[in-house]
This record gives sequence, C-alpha cells and structure tokens, in this order.
Amino acid sequence: MPAVEGLFTFDDDGPRLIGGRVPGTESYFFPKHLGGADPRVGPVELEEVLLSRRGRVWSYTTSHYPPPPPFVVTSEPYEPITIAAVELESEKMVVLGQCTAGVGPEDLEVGMEMELAVDTLYGDDDCDYLVWKWRPVAAGSKD
Amino acid sequence: MDEIAVLGVGMHPWGKWGRNFTEYGVAAARNALADAGVDYADVGFVSGAVTVRCGYPGYVAGSTFARALGFTGAQLASSYSACASGATALQVARGQILSNACDVALVAGADTTPKGFLAPNTGERPDDIDWLRFHLVGATNPVYFGLHARRRMDLYGATTDDFAMVKVKNSRHGAHNPNARFAKEYGLDDVRNSPVVSDPLRLLDICATSDGGAAMVVSSMEWARAHGHRDPVRVAGISTVSPTYPDPVIDLPYLAADSVADPSAPLVGFKESIGARAYDEAGLGPDDIDVAEVYDLSSAMELDWYEQLGFCAPGEAERLLRDGDTAIGGRLPVNPSGGLGAFGEAVPAQAIAQVCELTWQLRGTAGARQVDGARVGITVNQGLFGHGSSVIVRR
Repeated sequence: MPAVEGLFTFDDDGPRLIGGRVPGTESYFFPKHLGGADPRVGPVELEEVLLSRRGRVWSYTTSHYPPPPPFVVTSEPYEPITIAAVELESEKMVVLGQCTAGVGPEDLEVGMEMELAVDTLYGDDDCDYLVWKWRPVAAGSKD
Repeated sequence: MDEIAVLGVGMHPWGKWGRNFTEYGVAAARNALADAGVDYADVGFVSGAVTVRCGYPGYVAGSTFARALGFTGAQLASSYSACASGATALQVARGQILSNACDVALVAGADTTPKGFLAPNTGERPDDIDWLRFHLVGATNPVYFGLHARRRMDLYGATTDDFAMVKVKNSRHGAHNPNARFAKEYGLDDVRNSPVVSDPLRLLDICATSDGGAAMVVSSMEWARAHGHRDPVRVAGISTVSPTYPDPVIDLPYLAADSVADPSAPLVGFKESIGARAYDEAGLGPDDIDVAEVYDLSSAMELDWYEQLGFCAPGEAERLLRDGDTAIGGRLPVNPSGGLGAFGEAVPAQAIAQVCELTWQLRGTAGARQVDGARVGITVNQGLFGHGSSVIVRR
C-alpha cells in the first residue's frame, strides 16, 4: 500500500504522480492539495491530473547520514540514499524523489532523462509501504 | 522609506551548552541596552524572534524576554518566520517606531538547539509538507543544500574546492570574533577530509546548529538625536518578501517547485527579489555596498548570494572568491563575522546577529576583522516556507 494515500498511482499502466491543475490552464501543483496556488486565479478547485512520467534531472545529491524520523531507515548499517530533483517533461515542474536502489551520484548528471518508478519505502509485518522514486530511463525503460 | 537608528547591539556568544534560551536572549538584550546607553524603562516595545524548539516560552519570546528583564507594561510582539525571524522582529519594531507607537524598541532572539538534523514535529502528519519531505524522500535540510551546490557545479563549473575555500575564508574571519563558536582556522585539507554529508557537500561545508542570542536597541531618528546619538548607524531598508508565483527553484521544505509551463506567468527569482526589495527601500544598489553578511547555511550557498545580491553576474561568484574580493581586505568583504560557518545557526538570533556585525563594522569597532571604511552594509537570509530577509544599514 502507498506510504501516504493520494500522491501517486501504481497500477499496471505504470506509476504516475497525482497532481492538480487550474482548469483550462497550464498551472500545475504537486501534491494537489499542498502545492500552493496561482494568485492570478486564487484558491480554486483544482482538477486532478496525472503528471508526466518522465523528466530531466535538475540536480541530485546523496545523503550519507540517516535522515531523522519520520524517515524510516531500512538497512543496518544505513545505506546512503540518492535523491534527484527532476523537471517534469510537460509541466516544467521540479519534483523531488529518492532514486531507485543502486542508483548513485556517479550514475546521474544534470539534464539526463529520468522516469517514475514505484518502490518500497519501508515494510513491516503486515505489508510493504510504497513511494514514488526516480530512475534513469536507460536503466529501466520499456518504450 | 524613513530610517530608524540603531542605538545599540549585543550578543551572547554562540556555543552548545543546552541552557535555557532565555538566558542567552537576556544577556544579549542587556549588552545591547548597555551599548546603547538606554535605560530599559525607556523601551516601549519588545519585539521577540520566536524559537519553536524551546516550548511555550519560545513561542512567546517577546514576553519571555520582557518578563525576564522585568515587565514594565511595554507593548510586545513575537514573530516567527524560521531563519528570517530576526528580520521580521526588526521589521515589526520599525513599524511601531515609524507609526509613532513607540520611540525605542528592543529586538531580541535566542535559541537552544538539539544535536543533529533539525526534524519536523512528531506524530503522523500526512497533511504537513515538512513531515512528508522527511517521511517520503528523506529530504533533510542539507539535501536541498546539496542539490543547489551540485547544480552550481554543473551550470558554472564550480568545484568542491571552491566550496571549501568559502569555509576557509570564513573561518579565518571568525577566528577574530569573540562571539563565534568555532575559533579554529580551517585549511582546504580539513574540509576535503571531512565526511560527506550531502554530496557534494562535506561536514565542514554545512553549518552546525548552535545556542546563542542577539539583540538590538532601535529608535526613531528624532529620539536618537535628542538623546545624544548624533551619527548613529541607520536601518535604511528591510526586506521580508515572499516568493512570487511561479518560483521554478525547488527549495525547502517543498516536494515540488512551481510549474513554469505557462509562458504568460511572470518569472521573478525569489532569492534575487529578497535583496532587491531592501535596495529599493534604501535607494541603493549593489555598487554601494561595502560589506555583506550572507546566510552560508552551506559554503556553496554563500556563492549563490553573491549573484543574487548583484555583486556579480550569474556564474562569476567563484571568480570573486578566488580573487579574494570577498575576504577582509578585498573589494567587498562577505561574512567578516565568520558567518554561519564560524557560528553555527541559532535560528531566531541569526538575522539579528548579522545586523549586529554590520553595526560594529560601520562604527569601525570590529577590531581585527574590521573592513576599512565600511559605510553601507547589507544582510541577507532566507527562512523556509518562503521567508525572505535582508537589511541594509548605513552611516
């Protein structure tokens, strides 16, 4: 199940981030309910849209110390996590996400194409909790 | 914008002791009052910068400091805008003075910080963007610093040694500052050999969290002149601007920047707009600045500010640094106090501490770290959730 409801899809059509859009415009927001507003129209009811699956690396970093709670550290000892900021293809909006396992800073450069994946954030006795992550297109593309 | 006078400034040294933040704030306030030669009974307004890490007394910092100094019936306010809180507290005090609600105001901020990463409030908080960034992405504050540093390397060819040079420069400045927490002068190898925190930034590139306190006594120009302050340092501009939508740059604590797919939307860089507002109020520009105190939460961030304050064009900050322009003795010294690299961050005190340093610089009383002939100075900082902060002082 998703670690937090309502932020992304993960069905057979491939994962997508769930964003908001001011109806009839190109003003997009993520997360839909926490992404701010366009002051030219104000806090209108946003329509739900699925955001571009692909984008290009705006920047990236690797966190060598375990983040504090509410992050859940899943490996002992802690394995550094790499985080990418990716500018979505259509929405021209930079979205943060962890990179999939095995992707490190040496695999990334600004401008390279990335695509969305869904992966385990952490698990407990009941189930795995899922989150969106970024991975280089070359590493996992089917199209 | 009408000016107000800086009658006195004071600090409690920065460190890591874990004592009650009130102690630091009161010590700073007493030092500022003594520096001003102002009787506490003349303070009509106490403007506190809030800490959210010290319980209820921290939320009502103005009251906490006023009560510890002794309640006099003065009016109170307590302001929170994250790292920008001190500038907001000064902004509120200026409004009181310029609207003739008071003649003299005390502005103070202090903090006691926990060890390690700053973290969000506890509990399950899926509607809190600050909670989501930690929970879903592990995006600590240094993660955002690392993203911006890496982008500087990619766009402008900055190197990790450039970032280390900022730390080396600021530690050389800070070694002469009795209020700084770290007296050590670091060399390039010290930075190079410190562990990576958030690639490409190392431990010595990233500011620590500290305890400390800073305060100012400010008044109307009329009151200052009537009480013997013939040529005080003046506050000529204060900026507490928010971003202008759409802001395409990802910054803490958000998971996404604004979309810039709509070509008709105005593009105003947030960080550039912070200093621009202060320049506008003061009727001054980057060429008028003699000395600057900028927020070096990371060493790389200091370089960003050179450009965002207009000291040079985008991509030229490394050249300024390498040429020594921003060291004491150079054309435009930056962070003569030692900056956050030498202090570590005491959130609500930091923006006030920046103005304290500039006040000493403009008075010519900064001792071994004096910038010769400084007449105009600018501070800049930024609090998360879109809080700009910049103050211009002149003499």
